[in-house]
Amino acid sequence: MKFIVSTVLIALLGYALGLFLPWWSIVPAAFLVAMFIPQKPGWSLLSGFLGAALLWGTMAAWISGNNHGVLAQKLSALILKKDQPPLLMLLTALVGGLPAGMAACTASLLRGILQGRHISS
Amino acid sequence: MRILLFLFSLALTIFVVIILDTDKFTPVPLGRLLSPQQGVWQNAEDADGRVEQDLRFPGLKGRAEVYYDERMVPHVFADHDEDAYFVQGYLHARDRLWQMEFQTRAAAGRLSEIFGEKALSFDRRQRRLGMVYAAEKALELWENDEQTKRMCDAYTAGVNAFIGKLPASKLPIEYKLLGYGPELWTNLKSVLFFKAMSDDLTGFETDFENTNLLKILGEKDFRMLFPQVQDSLSPIIPRGTPYTRSADIPVAPSNADSAYFHRSDSVWFAEAFKPDRDNGSNNWAVAGTRTRSGKPILCNDPHLGITLPSIWYEIQISTPSFNAYGVSFPGLPGVVIGFNDHVAFGFTNAGRDMKDYYEIRFRDNTKTAYWFNGKWLKADQRIERIGLKGGGQVMDTVAYTVFGPVMYDRSFQDKLKQNKAYALRWIAHFPSNPMRMWYGLNRARNYQDYLKAIRYYNEPAQNMLFASKDGDIALWQEGNFPLRWAGQGDFVMPGTDSSYLWDTFIPREDNPHTLNPVQGYISSANQRPVDSTYPYFIPGHYDLYRGISINRRLSRMTDITTEDMKKLQTDNYNVFAEHARPILLKYADRNRLNADAKRFADMFARWDLVSDPGKEGPTVLEHWIDTLSAMVFRDELLRNGLPVTMPDDFILVQYLIRDSTAFRFTDDVNTPAVETLTDMVTEALNRASVPLSELERNEKLTWGRFRDVTLYHLLRTNMLPFARKGLDVGGGQHIINATKHAHGPSWRMIVSLTTPIEAYGVYPGGQSGNPGSPFYDDMAGAWAKGEYYRLWIMKRDESGDKRIRGRLTFN
Repeated sequence: MKFIVSTVLIALLGYALGLFLPWWSIVPAAFLVAMFIPQKPGWSLLSGFLGAALLWGTMAAWISGNNHGVLAQKLSALILKKDQPPLLMLLTALVGGLPAGMAACTASLLRGILQGRHISS
Repeated sequence: MRILLFLFSLALTIFVVIILDTDKFTPVPLGRLLSPQQGVWQNAEDADGRVEQDLRFPGLKGRAEVYYDERMVPHVFADHDEDAYFVQGYLHARDRLWQMEFQTRAAAGRLSEIFGEKALSFDRRQRRLGMVYAAEKALELWENDEQTKRMCDAYTAGVNAFIGKLPASKLPIEYKLLGYGPELWTNLKSVLFFKAMSDDLTGFETDFENTNLLKILGEKDFRMLFPQVQDSLSPIIPRGTPYTRSADIPVAPSNADSAYFHRSDSVWFAEAFKPDRDNGSNNWAVAGTRTRSGKPILCNDPHLGITLPSIWYEIQISTPSFNAYGVSFPGLPGVVIGFNDHVAFGFTNAGRDMKDYYEIRFRDNTKTAYWFNGKWLKADQRIERIGLKGGGQVMDTVAYTVFGPVMYDRSFQDKLKQNKAYALRWIAHFPSNPMRMWYGLNRARNYQDYLKAIRYYNEPAQNMLFASKDGDIALWQEGNFPLRWAGQGDFVMPGTDSSYLWDTFIPREDNPHTLNPVQGYISSANQRPVDSTYPYFIPGHYDLYRGISINRRLSRMTDITTEDMKKLQTDNYNVFAEHARPILLKYADRNRLNADAKRFADMFARWDLVSDPGKEGPTVLEHWIDTLSAMVFRDELLRNGLPVTMPDDFILVQYLIRDSTAFRFTDDVNTPAVETLTDMVTEALNRASVPLSELERNEKLTWGRFRDVTLYHLLRTNMLPFARKGLDVGGGQHIINATKHAHGPSWRMIVSLTTPIEAYGVYPGGQSGNPGSPFYDDMAGAWAKGEYYRLWIMKRDESGDKRIRGRLTFN
């Protein structure tokens, strides 16, 4: 349950901060959520990753759908050098997920230190 | 341990963020680019979205409404003229910001700021050409004219109103991909855009090559291969029109023979970044006597680079004082080619020589003094600072002489020996204000208004076509044309003597013109404007065959409709092939053709001379004539290894038709045998059959497949996915439908001056400059097929029309 709540919160907070902050808004979002909802670092990492990846991947797919894939096709050829728009959306999800997962993991570790608990507990 | 782990994790997080934020490790900054809230996904426009916005700007005098129609053409209705230009600036920025900003940075020689040192030689070329110098001088004139200043100030304010409210997430995609941002617009940028057009239209220049050719060929043969007037010329001004001469023709300097025509000098470098020599256009108007409606029809298709975003932006501007429709240049206020409720106007390039080089003798390497009229004159030094990507700058000092800037010296073109230096004299350095002309044309009601408006225009000279509801058709080749002695400016000139300097212009009333000629039509297609009875020396880079095609067709047409004009504007009949085919087939010796060549010869013989995309004939012709031309001329013209230009294909064909035996160039000077024309023509096809067979194997022998007409993004191959490739289009050089691989009719317009006006238009591209918009290249398909859109001259009370897909209001 905690895992699902964290993941959803990271996605929501990431979106909200993204209205004001640059692209890395998912990093503080994941960090904050992981600070307030305690999970093991591994689970934190996963919920950070999934939260941001879901946010970025879904948004990219949504925007691209409304665009009838006009730009995704060109960008895929430009960035990936191949005509694979879904791959570009996957890459988008990964690029969002990676730093957010790391940030959530970092927060979880920090919380462990602050509370003086063993990370293994 | 826990702390170490935390620190490690923290460091890794920061590291990942940094990696994704820059392009140091990946080709693009992945995080910044792919963020769906800030990055490139934000440029993917909602395909079915409507635009509805109420905008408030304190500077506006009244109210304005903009209605976007189904092709996203804006129809602007403003209570005040200045507000209309403000709105036009806003709309240009809204739909084409990156393009207009990029083009003016390029004009100013500032691309190194974006691309780094690889753009340095381009930037130096722009600086040494004196682009900024020219623009600064012209700006003074523009801003001293109250009307122009008001117009440009409003336009600039409109552009900046858009930039001011543009969030980073909505920056045009090119900025995001290249990692920079827009600057505020200025009136100077508008002038710079215009000077870039001047360069495009008058920049093609062959003085250096001609100088080399003169040395190689001697004057007689040079004149034969690069003639001034051709027998088959069909001039713009009908033959037999009397010409006036109200100025004395200057006299050639007494030493011209030795110091100029027979100097036997050579120039060891070739100019880079030359504009396309086929930058030209077609326009014609037919009088009511030849049309079904009894009213004139005006047609125009300017041939420029066909790029995405397009050079043109379609717009209707309506205020209480005028109602103009047509295409505009993103970067300039007003309608450039179009019509209003009373008249229509269009342009083709005059193509006359407006650019000359003078050899300068500097006192020493400091380039601060040069020899002129028997004494040392001080040369002004202009220091050009070229900024580099990531900081730093390169400085370049350009010396200015009475002729103009010293464009080439050893520091720019290291092939230049013996401290040679060449100053540039160029029409674009003379201040001029074209905006006054467009201001007048947009509001013109009759021929007198047109005449008054075009007198303001100085450069780059154009064939200005006019037609009115009154029934007038007219054309003036208008602009400032240097008053030259015969031969002046064909070659590099001595820069030590004022007698080689041109300083005055042909009086405007003597410029070639015609009003309501008895033939009932006027056309121009970049050919020489007049026959040899014109009293002035007017060198230029002229086309020949499009003019012949158009005049021949128009002279046979009566009861003309707009449908007929569409067919003519997209006509693929090849007059050059008509001239060349008999001579090629006559001299090709079948017994000596290989099997492939025989097959191609038959293909060519069966062809109907129409360069449609599905035909093989034009591909065979192009390979055959190019090979022949190279075989005939290369041995003689390239023997010294000097940069030269080759004679036009039609010169070769004309001489072959006229007198084949006297044409000495058919002999290959590198072989002991004396080649005959039969040897050459036969061997040319045998050689050409190799690449032709290769094309055939790859199923690329048809004209459309072979040419692969492409609308490149302005960044060309750097943004290849943003190009529209593989358009199956016919036509070509010398053909009315002058479409080449990446060049051609950049806007096709037909205006019938009935009441109400019936007008059609199309351009290869779309109204939006955003590759993520469905309107980025939506007109390309129709353009390729030769189809047109009916232009909607909207009335203000038609705001409920179902064609409207967006609305902006300005208060």
